[in-house]
Amino acid sequence: MKALYFAWVRERVGRAEEELNPPPTVETVGDLIAWLRERGEGYAHAFDKPAAVRAALDRVHARSDASIAGVKEVAFFPPMTGG
Amino acid sequence: MATVRVQREDFAPGAEAEALAHGRTDVGAVVSFVGYCRDEGGSLAALELEHYPGMAEEEVARAAREAETRWPLLGATVIHRYGRIAPGERIVFVAVAAGHRGAAFAAAEMLMDYLKTRAPFWKRAIRRDGAIEGWIEAKREDDRSAARWSGG
Repeated sequence: MKALYFAWVRERVGRAEEELNPPPTVETVGDLIAWLRERGEGYAHAFDKPAAVRAALDRVHARSDASIAGVKEVAFFPPMTGG
Repeated sequence: MATVRVQREDFAPGAEAEALAHGRTDVGAVVSFVGYCRDEGGSLAALELEHYPGMAEEEVARAAREAETRWPLLGATVIHRYGRIAPGERIVFVAVAAGHRGAAFAAAEMLMDYLKTRAPFWKRAIRRDGAIEGWIEAKREDDRSAARWSGG
């Protein structure tokens, strides 16, 4: 699946997007965050406090227990500050 | 059906609001809101707005559809800018047309609350001394304000 990172999540991870191939044991958004944290210092910093990061699956807001099965695009970002 | 635009360019609030009622005889009220960039007591040089292309438009459209299920609306326009925005410049525009003012006021307020808390935009402050102050943190009061419209 394609992963997108925005705002300080992007800066900490060090890239705006990448292709992810998590193992089948990674089933939910929360699992994916735990898996990403092991990928390096930048990821560990970005996902230091998982509750501070929001996620979207195929451009729809998703909670940490949401299934990532069949998802094409996952995005991680801080709480929104538009308007 | 709402018009949603996410763009770098400025917009003309008067013309956008007027367009909602133009040529119609059923509109009794148009409520519009314009959000501007503040200079924060002179310390802010600009805001940098980042967004999630695609999802930003879709999320605003979802909020507009939600508003249309709650109130009898006759039209809505939402415009949100991204990129570098200086103090005094416009950032966001919401206008709602309805038969009566109550629906128009309420829907405009709901759309702004949703924009602040659910639309994927992020603001970064650039100070007048050239320093990048960092990403602006989400406000609890915005979440509380948005919560008024859910679960009711």
